[in-house]
Parts: sequence; C-alpha cells; structure tokens
Amino acid sequence: MKAKILIRPKQGILDPQGKAIERALPALGFEGVSGIRVGRLVELEAASTDRLAELCEKLLANPLIEDYEIELENGG
Amino acid sequence: MSITDQTPHRELGLTDAEYERICELLERRPNRVELAMFSLLWSEHCAYKHSRKLLRRLPTEGPQVLLGPGENAGAVDVGEGHAVAFKVESHNHPSAVEPFQGAATGIGGILRDVFALGARPIAVLDSLRFGELSSQRSRYLLDQVVAGIGHYGNSIGVPTVGGEIYFEAPYEHNCLVNAMCVGLARADRMVRSAAAGPGNALVLLGASTGRDGIGGASVLASAELTEGEKRRPSVQIGDPFEEKKLMECCLELLDRGLLVALQDLGAAGLTSSAAEMAAGGGTGVEIAVDRVPLREADMEAFEIMISESQERMLAVIDPATADEVMAVCDRWQTGAAAIGQVTDTGAIRITRQGETVAELPVSALVDGCPLYDLEPEQPDEWMYGNRVGLERGIDPDRVLSALLASPSVASKRWAFEQYDSIVQSRTVRRPESADAAVLRLDETGRAIAVAIDGNGRRVACDPYRGTIEAVLECAQNLACVGARPLGLTNCLNFGNPERPHVAWQLERAIQGLADACEELQVPVVGGNVSLYNETEAGPIYPTPVVGMVGDLPDPGRAAGIALREGDEIALVGPFAPSVAGSELAKLRGDLGPGLPGASIGAVGAAIELVRDAVRTGTIAAAHDVSDGGLACALAEGAICGGVGVEIDLDRLVELRGASGEACLFGEGPGGLLVAGPAEALDTLGATGRDGGVDVIAIGRAGGDRIEISAAESGVSLSLEDAQRAWRSLRPG
Amino acid sequence: MTFGILQFPGSCDDRDALLACRRVAEARLVWHADVELGDVDVVVVPGGFSYGDYLRAGAIARFAPAMEAVARHAEAGGLVLGICNGFQVLCEAGLLPGALLPNDPLRFVCRQVEVVVENAETAFTRGTRLGQRLSIPVKHQSGRYFAPPEQLSELEARGGTVLRYAPGHNPNGSAHEIAGIVSERGNVMGLMPHPEHAVDPLTGSEGGLAIFNSLAASVTRRERSPLSA
Repeated sequence: MKAKILIRPKQGILDPQGKAIERALPALGFEGVSGIRVGRLVELEAASTDRLAELCEKLLANPLIEDYEIELENGG
Repeated sequence: MSITDQTPHRELGLTDAEYERICELLERRPNRVELAMFSLLWSEHCAYKHSRKLLRRLPTEGPQVLLGPGENAGAVDVGEGHAVAFKVESHNHPSAVEPFQGAATGIGGILRDVFALGARPIAVLDSLRFGELSSQRSRYLLDQVVAGIGHYGNSIGVPTVGGEIYFEAPYEHNCLVNAMCVGLARADRMVRSAAAGPGNALVLLGASTGRDGIGGASVLASAELTEGEKRRPSVQIGDPFEEKKLMECCLELLDRGLLVALQDLGAAGLTSSAAEMAAGGGTGVEIAVDRVPLREADMEAFEIMISESQERMLAVIDPATADEVMAVCDRWQTGAAAIGQVTDTGAIRITRQGETVAELPVSALVDGCPLYDLEPEQPDEWMYGNRVGLERGIDPDRVLSALLASPSVASKRWAFEQYDSIVQSRTVRRPESADAAVLRLDETGRAIAVAIDGNGRRVACDPYRGTIEAVLECAQNLACVGARPLGLTNCLNFGNPERPHVAWQLERAIQGLADACEELQVPVVGGNVSLYNETEAGPIYPTPVVGMVGDLPDPGRAAGIALREGDEIALVGPFAPSVAGSELAKLRGDLGPGLPGASIGAVGAAIELVRDAVRTGTIAAAHDVSDGGLACALAEGAICGGVGVEIDLDRLVELRGASGEACLFGEGPGGLLVAGPAEALDTLGATGRDGGVDVIAIGRAGGDRIEISAAESGVSLSLEDAQRAWRSLRPG
Repeated sequence: MTFGILQFPGSCDDRDALLACRRVAEARLVWHADVELGDVDVVVVPGGFSYGDYLRAGAIARFAPAMEAVARHAEAGGLVLGICNGFQVLCEAGLLPGALLPNDPLRFVCRQVEVVVENAETAFTRGTRLGQRLSIPVKHQSGRYFAPPEQLSELEARGGTVLRYAPGHNPNGSAHEIAGIVSERGNVMGLMPHPEHAVDPLTGSEGGLAIFNSLAASVTRRERSPLSA
C-alpha cells in the first residue's frame, strides 16, 4: 500500500530553515505569516506496514530532533 | 537532617562537599536557579577542577604573545600591527549523541570564540578520532561528523584547511571531535571579554533562546511542567546562516568601535558568559531574564540562564551608542536585546518581572569551585588490548600496501574534499599538499602556517614521550613549509581523572607538553580540557591534540610533499625508527607500554635546519616522517608527485643500529624528508654537519615504482598499487 | 569600468570576487537591500550560501531588492556574471534557463577541475580560445546542471554552453558536462566553478583570470562603440 510520511522538526528544536524563510517574507510583502516549520514528505509503497515505524526511526527521521507521522492511503 | 539531604545537587553532578561549600560561600542554601548556575560553572568543563593545577606547569609567555590562556582564545603578534588568534576545543559528547549537529555546533562554537576577540576567522582545522572503520557505527559517525563540519564551515565562508583523522578501537564508543579556529585581527582592535564600566548595557546578540542543551539540569524543572511531557530535546541545532550574520555584525560593531566587551555563549550559556565577563572586569552584572528573546514562551528562569542555544553573543556597550548598535544589528538581521547592565556590586543578579530570582557573588561562581589534586598511579600493563590484523612474516611489499591502506595512514581526500578549503583567497597550500596549511596574509605581506597533531596510541604507550612527540610533529610540520612556531593551543582529551591511571596519563602528558614547549620556546596561549571520555567499554586513548601556528616570510617558497622527477632525497634529523607503538605494531597486535625517547634539542636543531633551507626556496619538497614510517612518507611524496623513488636506507640502518624493517616502517620523532636539486642538498648537508644535524642522502625520485632497500629488507611496489592502497579510504 | 559584487546575508565569496575583479578594473560591493546599481557596468552575483541556501539554493536571494535592479540591468543588456550560488540565484530569478540540483554524490565537493571553453565569442570568454582548458576550482553542494531535454537542445544549438567540464572532471553529474552557460542575448552568464579563486598561481591557478579580463575588455569595447553590444 501507499504511505505518506511527514517528517518535521520536533517542537522546541530550532528550525533554521523555517526561521530564515519567515524572516524573508516581510520584504516580499507577505505580512502576518509566522510559525513556519519546514519538514519533508516521503512517499512510498510498502508491502506491509509492520516495519514502517522502524523505517522512520532508523532512516527517514532522526528521532532525536524530528517527529514523524505516517499516513496510509488506500484505506490503510 | 544533613544539609545535603533533599536537594537535587547530586543529580546535577555536584558532590555533597561541593554543595556544602556553596552553602558556606553564600551563607545560605542556594535556590533552584542558583543551584543550576553553580552546577554548570562548577562542572569539570567550566571549572577545570581536575586539571587547573597541572595546567599551571605550561609555559605561557613569549614576546609575541598578545593574549594568553584565560581569554576566549590566545593571540600572537604576526607583525605590521596584526594578531592571529587561535584555539582548539572539543565537542566530543554532543558529536557522539548526534554526530552531524554535534560536529556542526562544535565548529560554530570555536568560531565564536575567535570572533569574540574581534578577529575574523580565516581557517578551521579538525582533529577527529573514531573507532575502527570495520564497525558500522564508526563509519556512520565519520560520515556524519565530516558532513556536519562541512555544513557549518562551508556555509559560513571559513575555509577548513587541514586536520587529521585516526581510527582506533578505544574511540569506538567515544569519538573525538576537536576543532581549531584561526582568526586575524588588528592587534590594537582586539576586544577583551572583561565587562567594564558599571552602567554599561548588556546586549544579547544573535539567535533567540530555547531549551537547547539543558539535558541534565531538567531535573530542576517545576514538577507541573514536566509531568506528562516528553523528555526535553537537548540536542543543539547549528544554524550557520545565523552565525554568519552574527559574525559580520560583531565585526562591524567592532570596526565602528561600539563594543566595550564581547563574549560568546558556549557551555552554560548566559550564566557562564555573564559571570566570566563580570569576573574579568571585577564588576557585577544584572540580567532581566524576561528581556531575553525566547523561542519557547514558557521557559523557566533557570532554563534561560543555562540554555546552550547556539549563535549567541553577549556584548557590553555604552548605552549612549545603543541606537547605533541596533542599526548595525538591523542591517545584518541579527537579533539584539538589552537584557541588563554592568554593576559595581561584584554580584550576578538575575531578575524576572522585577523580582530577584538569583543573586550570587561572581567570585563564588567563577573561583569558588574547589580544585582537586589527582592521585596518579602508573598502570602495570597495557590496558587497551591488541588485535591482529596483519600476520607476522608477510613480505614487506604487502606490509607497505597494508600500511598505506590503513585508514589512519590513508589519504583523507574523501573527507577534505567535502570542505571548502579555499574561500577567503588565502590558502596557498591546500589539504594534503603540504605538511601544514599555509595562509597568506596580505595585511602583513607574510604568511602563517597551521598544523594540528596528536597520536593517542603513542600517548597511550608513553604519555610523557607521546605528548612530546605531538608537539615535535607539529613543529616539524611547520618547518616543512618554512614556518617558525609562534604559539600553541591544545585540547586534552582524557578519560575519568579520578581513576589513578588516567590521572597518571594526564599528569605525564601535561609534563611532556610543558617540557617540549619550554625547550622549543613555543608558548601555550590557550587550550581546552575534555575529561571523562569513557564508557562501560573503557576509556579512550589519552589524546592530547596540539595545534600550532607559525610565521613564514614567503608563502611562495613553502614546500609541498610532492616529489619531482630527478630530485635527490635526504633524511634530516636524529630519527631513530622503532616499531614500538607504530602503525605496524598496531596491525600486528604488538602494542605495549613504552616508547624510545628522543632529545627535544636535537629534533629542534633539525627543525631549524629544514625551516631555514625551505625559506631559501631551494627545497622542492619536505615531509615529516610520521604514521607508517619512512616507507609510507616516501610513498606519499611519490604518489602526490606522480613519480617513483629509488631509495637505499643502509646508511640509516648502520647509523642507528636499527633493523631494515624498523627503518622502513618504524616511527619516532625527528625525521624530516627533504628533496631538491643535488646542489641544494649538498649545501644542506654541509650546514647540517656544521650544526651537528644528520643529513643522510638516501636516494632520488624517478621511475614508476617505490623501490626501497634497507639492509636485510626492502620493498618494491608499483606507484599504481601504492596509490590504490593509499586512496582506498571510503566510509560507505 | 566598474564591477559591482552583490552582497547578500550569507554570501561567502563576495570579498574573493571583489579582489579578483580589482585585478582588472574598479570594483565595489553592492548591498542586497540597495535598489539601484549606480555606476556598475558588470554585476557579479557571488558564491556562498545566500540566506543559508534554505528552501532551495538561491530561492530567497532572488527576491532581494538588488536583484530587481540586476534584472533591469540585464534587461537593458548589461553584463551579469553569476558564480556558484550566484548561478543558482540567476536560475531561480529566471535570468538563465535550467536549475542546479544537488550533486550526484549528494556531498559537497571542493576540487580543482578543468573546464573547456566551448564558446570563445561571448563577452565573458573573448579573451580565451575555443577548446582552451582552464583550471578552476569548484566547491558546491548543488551544482548539477539540469534543464528539460528540449531546453538543453536549444541551449546547445545556440552555443549557450560556454564552459564544459573536461572529460573525467565533471564533479556533480551535470547534464552534458555543463559547467557554465550564457543567456540567449549573451549578456548573462552563470558558472559553477569559481573563477575568482583562480586568479593567482600562488593560491592554485589563474585559469579564471581570463574571464575577468574578458569582461573588462568587453565593457571597454562597448564604451568605445556603444552600438556594437
């Protein structure tokens, strides 16, 4: 089945990328946008979902600094 | 009930006696915020409580020294009104936890130490130690640490010009990441860290403050807050972009004369910076934590005071210049918040919404920590084990191939190609092209050379002699490019000093460092001590890493290591090769205590001879004999030059009474290879005879094989095979 | 004539470019927030990590006020040279076709490489010979030139590929070994190698000097006969 895995910096962990984008916005005329956090979206197809969490822990995300969410498609 | 019951000081790493001492100094019990502050400033990392007494042995003075130990970094005079500031620091533990960010923030921290003085960072070098590459964990750490160093250094525009990497089993569970930064400043413009002038404002520059690096102290968090929450993240994330802006901002503030004092925020964050600045100025400070810009709104006072969020600096400014300061910070998009002021109370007072939440005498925080004597005891035996990777009796050609391919000896091109080594247009000798990095200083019309060295295995064999060798090797590296040492910085990476054998290693190493620096007349201008580098698997090799900066008049004459077809080759110095403690002994599983000694004076004379010869511009190549012995040093010069060598070591065998095998692969200080036209080497030989320095003609560069004969032994290896072995390092 | 070197937060090779340009002409820095370029004849968008390279290399820098001035300068036929991060910025800004993707080995690479001059008729290369090999260092994380096939064919057909990595020297997996390209009008060039780090044999090589000399000569020529641009 297909799965989408959303990886984001953990709450409280510095997100330099999000911060840099946020700071650049006013100069471009985008006011009132804040709280930007930049993550990654990984799409994959897996025969079984059994080890998806392990895959995230070991490779896709760095559990020390990132959280992940697994979203299953095709009804999961 | 005893005074030490029911306080969390033990969880914070303070002993009962230390806690009682705090109570005596304060004449009361510290509150939570105060206890947090003490626990960090009285840690080994900040207070150097197990090493400070020993460090007093190091020679720190010289006419060229502008700033010695105690400032953010040491600094030496390089002429024409300019100074070079430099320091090496460890980031071992954070790198073991999260290698990419740990290494990255290690670079960030050492850069801040240097620009805190008002010096623009012009070079970074790294000294890294990992377990054997056969371990998957070590390969992962290497990969990530190198990427992290590159990420930070490359992004901020400071070249990584050199370094070293060793792979040894005792670092398997405790890798070492030491980084050295070199900066250039106008000597009369360097900023001190002393907070002077009561009434002056304290301005926190750079990033906002989050809960980074609070880790152990989180036991102090109010119960309501921690319950049900996940453990606080303690990994610090580096943001080189933020630091780049912060650096340019600080340097512009300095240029405009707007800074009274400047200090980086490193370990123990605001607490340490504020306390050290007040101690340096003999003043006090007052900080309103509610004025500190926060990344997370609900932080407690103690968290704000000890947060190790990166990319922050603390500046002291004259309040009359505040508008001008803010304008510069705005221009660089750097955060700036007036968070307090300098006082004349001799106390550090922390307030929140007008209420005092901590008030401590600066002297108690900074100088109150008890200093401990060590209880050294020499161990009876070799404690690090032996592993056989190379059978005895195999032929010398295969030994040479094995040594060249041994990760500690092999080319580190894989790593240094991931570092920008040329930004700032100063780099005259790039990594691995010469024994030391050479940076031109157009500001003075001269150049500096920089090297970093430290072979922990040899220090493990003999802490005293091994440390002397590290200093000698650094000086030899400098000599090969024609540089005279100006000053030395060091990072002492050891295990738990409360263990008698570690105490012994530390004491002997510091004595070796002191004796070598004394005799070579190289002042120690700064350093860092990293203790407790051990896990259940045991301590690391005792690893003093020394970084040296030297001066040379003409960078165009700095010799590289590449040999040229037709050049004659000579070995200079008292080099008396021995297999003890060598790379070969390691591969054979023959390690044990003891190294042969060497006369520092005799090596010093050889160093001077080579340096002066290189400065005349007549020497084509120079390379010191180090890991893997003469055969490896010759092979490296041959591979880099794309030319073979024809060498006869019989004369060395005869002079030193060593075996052929020892002459090929043995190690020891005081061996410098030089190559050039016959006349140049004849002149060198004559000067050497006059000065009592051995200059032994050993052969020439030519052909496409590495041919070395040495009494009963000898090697013959094609250049191609040698190159394949030497270029084999890949972590993946 | 005067070179103007843009300075963004995060620019790293701005001073290097300044020094290199000063070997052949006047040069000064242009702050990213400046809305006018003033007396600048040739704009250099330098290397580094503008805005930390966050989001995508060059993605934020292209919106800087000075970049609007650069776009007007280019529109008016003015010369613009983008080096490394500057190349990325010019692609993001649409002044050059294509994009620069992460290197094939997914690592930063700093290495001396050789590039071959494929078009010696441009304002940037008129001081070189067709087929000449220049030794210039690269240092980048995202230098793999990419363009859709039809755009690539069009680029090649019009002689837009100015510099190509010599055989065996492509450090990043660039399409068609492309190291540097020029715009259709011939007045905007981007390249991944750093010519400003190849202007002095003491620090490595002087293969990049020819590009700065060519630019200085081009401007002088235009000044003499302004209609022949």
